[in-house]
Amino acid sequence: MTVMAVARRTLAKDLRLEWRAKDAVNSMLFFALLVVVIFSFSFDPTAEESRRIAGGLVWVAFLFAAVVALNQTWARELRNQVLDAYRVSPAPAVSLFLAKAVGNFILVSVLEALMTPLFIVFYNLRSVGPAYQLLVIAVLGTWALVVNGTFFAAISIRTRSREIMLPLILFPISIPALLAMVDATTSVLTGEASPRFWMQLLAVYDVVFTTVCLALFDTVINAE
Amino acid sequence: MPAAGGCAPTDAGPGSSVDTSQQTMANTRPVVSLQGVVRHFGRFAALRGVTAEFPAPTRATAARAGDPAPGRLYLILGENGAGKSTLLRIMAGLLKLTRGSVTMLGATDLREVAARVGYMGHAPLLYDELNAMENLRYFAGLYGIVDDARCQAAIRLVGLDPELKRGVGQYSQGMRQRISLARAIVHDPELLLLDEPFSNVDVQSAREMARLLGNMRNDGKTIFVVTHQPAVLEAVADESLLLSAGLLAARERGLPEYMKFPFSQHADHPDHMDNDNKDKGDDGACPSPVEGGER
Amino acid sequence: MKRSFTFFALVTLGLLCYALYQGMVVAPTESTMGDVQRIFYYHLPHAWVAFLLFFTNFLASIWYLVRRTQQSDALALASAEVGVVFCTVVLVTGPLWARPVWGIWWTWDARLTSTLVLWLIYVSYLVLRRFATGAQTQVLAAALAIFGFVDVPIVYLSIRYFRTQHPQPVIAGGEGSGLDPRMWTAVLWNLAGFLSFALLLIWQRYRLALSENAVEEAHANRALGPEAEMPAKPDSRGFAPEYDSAPKVGNKPR
Repeated sequence: MTVMAVARRTLAKDLRLEWRAKDAVNSMLFFALLVVVIFSFSFDPTAEESRRIAGGLVWVAFLFAAVVALNQTWARELRNQVLDAYRVSPAPAVSLFLAKAVGNFILVSVLEALMTPLFIVFYNLRSVGPAYQLLVIAVLGTWALVVNGTFFAAISIRTRSREIMLPLILFPISIPALLAMVDATTSVLTGEASPRFWMQLLAVYDVVFTTVCLALFDTVINAE
Repeated sequence: MPAAGGCAPTDAGPGSSVDTSQQTMANTRPVVSLQGVVRHFGRFAALRGVTAEFPAPTRATAARAGDPAPGRLYLILGENGAGKSTLLRIMAGLLKLTRGSVTMLGATDLREVAARVGYMGHAPLLYDELNAMENLRYFAGLYGIVDDARCQAAIRLVGLDPELKRGVGQYSQGMRQRISLARAIVHDPELLLLDEPFSNVDVQSAREMARLLGNMRNDGKTIFVVTHQPAVLEAVADESLLLSAGLLAARERGLPEYMKFPFSQHADHPDHMDNDNKDKGDDGACPSPVEGGER
Repeated sequence: MKRSFTFFALVTLGLLCYALYQGMVVAPTESTMGDVQRIFYYHLPHAWVAFLLFFTNFLASIWYLVRRTQQSDALALASAEVGVVFCTVVLVTGPLWARPVWGIWWTWDARLTSTLVLWLIYVSYLVLRRFATGAQTQVLAAALAIFGFVDVPIVYLSIRYFRTQHPQPVIAGGEGSGLDPRMWTAVLWNLAGFLSFALLLIWQRYRLALSENAVEEAHANRALGPEAEMPAKPDSRGFAPEYDSAPKVGNKPR
């Protein structure tokens, strides 16, 4: 079977599992909602200020929700040690990574899609710049978080204190991407600057790290 | 299924080492070769230098009377912590060696022969939320098998119903182990590695699985079974390897004497477990020894 | 080994003393900032040495993944640890400089912020090394090191651009600021001194890491017990030696 075929099957299996184990997804959604509400209590800005800080708030909230989702999807492979069944098969490790990364991307995108209206409501947000750019930034930024997050989650499940390990190693490396996402979003919302450079940076970040992840995943998953 | 070739030879006494018929087979490349396998976990040495060779099954020699069946079933026995699961995981390619070498089906890089090896772990290795067919379909897909019929056949082979829609997590332990076995054999591997397939399994399931393993052995497969319940496989085991504290302490024909089912000497008794299937003309299971209990 | 270490240590001491003299006495006082500016002779060399050490960590990690030698892993660990120390010095001297000059401790200027991110990345590397269990620690850490270093140019790029968008006071004197040649001399002598010091530290840390490995090996070997055979180790690619075709029968039963 080709790499993409295995990846597709694994993705389908993962999505089916997500759908069946709805309680996990529901708890993540509730967590995301809580984050939005708590941030809203902490920062209570006027309409003008809100456009300046919303970029940062939104992305930090997405980041926390993403970490919860990332830990969850690998934890499923450890239950019943089912990852062993994948590893003994001739299926390539790269397919597993692709399937997990895309699956996480879909999951985190769903979370973002549900959190965004809440943010708009709580902060009375309205974009001054073109809104379609926000979509592009969201896609590029989410992939940046998810691609490294999937890789590092695979690393951190092999360590002691596995849940805390993921943010510890993911956040520092994601800082430039976060900076790009936040500043680009703020630029678009306030309409004060062009987010073009940030979008290019995010694209470069995505390409570079997707390549590195694909190259190193086999080594890392078979490191035992 | 050759009728004459269904049992282990009775000529050798217990505790003897490999006899001459095995040495003729040693000229062909062995199925599995372990050379000084060492595996550490930090400072603890789980395996301290295991060396063993397992010859390839050859159909040519099967026709000779008294020779073992084409396949081979090896039991790996030993106390807890002896390194049995570790050894099996190394053979499956899930763990790396600290030292030594392992050659499976002629390859040192175990990923090359992954399609010809089946592994059943101590844990179920299944997704609880998916039902039997969905699990099998996914894992069969990893081996390039897209045919539903093969998955159904594998499930039926272990004595379960492919139509069951319940998630595997809701099965009894016996059923779960059987589905796990189905997953391990769906791609028809030449070599099977099973880690405690009978743990917490009801007697009926255990017997069905043992019978299936016997059939597979007769089909020419090489099977390694780590188990704490060797008596279940008494009839079909060719050799037992006793692992103790990370070393291979003994390698014998059949079961070690002291591990045999206590009342195999009473094989004629109507309640003896092998006697239910005698009337149905069951294949694969050896007729129990009728005198002395020696094999 | 001891003699060469003593010699090298003395050379380092000499360099550092002369560099101190250069920085504190010979170099002229800066016109606007005064004597506080002399922190620069520590701030900049430490930044360069830290960067060099992290680059060493990157190369050693790649070498480890390719060859799996203990030496490359020990070098990776040593260079990361010493690099983090030097990076910490940069992060401490920055605010110490900024406070008297601009009245604020931290300004999120491009270079200092990039250094902070670098520090975070390599501290996370050290955390992973501590928390990972077993033999896989080295492989996982090497993978993370590669990610970390690949990120470095992106970090610098992004923060530089961010700062051009939102300018702040620059601590290390901006891009185009000229330096009196005597100041450059001081910088270079301090660079030599601290580079030498870094090498000294790495050397010792490297030897310590190898000694720790040797102790673990000895314990592991002892765990094998006297009756076990001592077969060949897998070669550097991690594959076992060629299979020996002579049939063996296995250990005799007791």
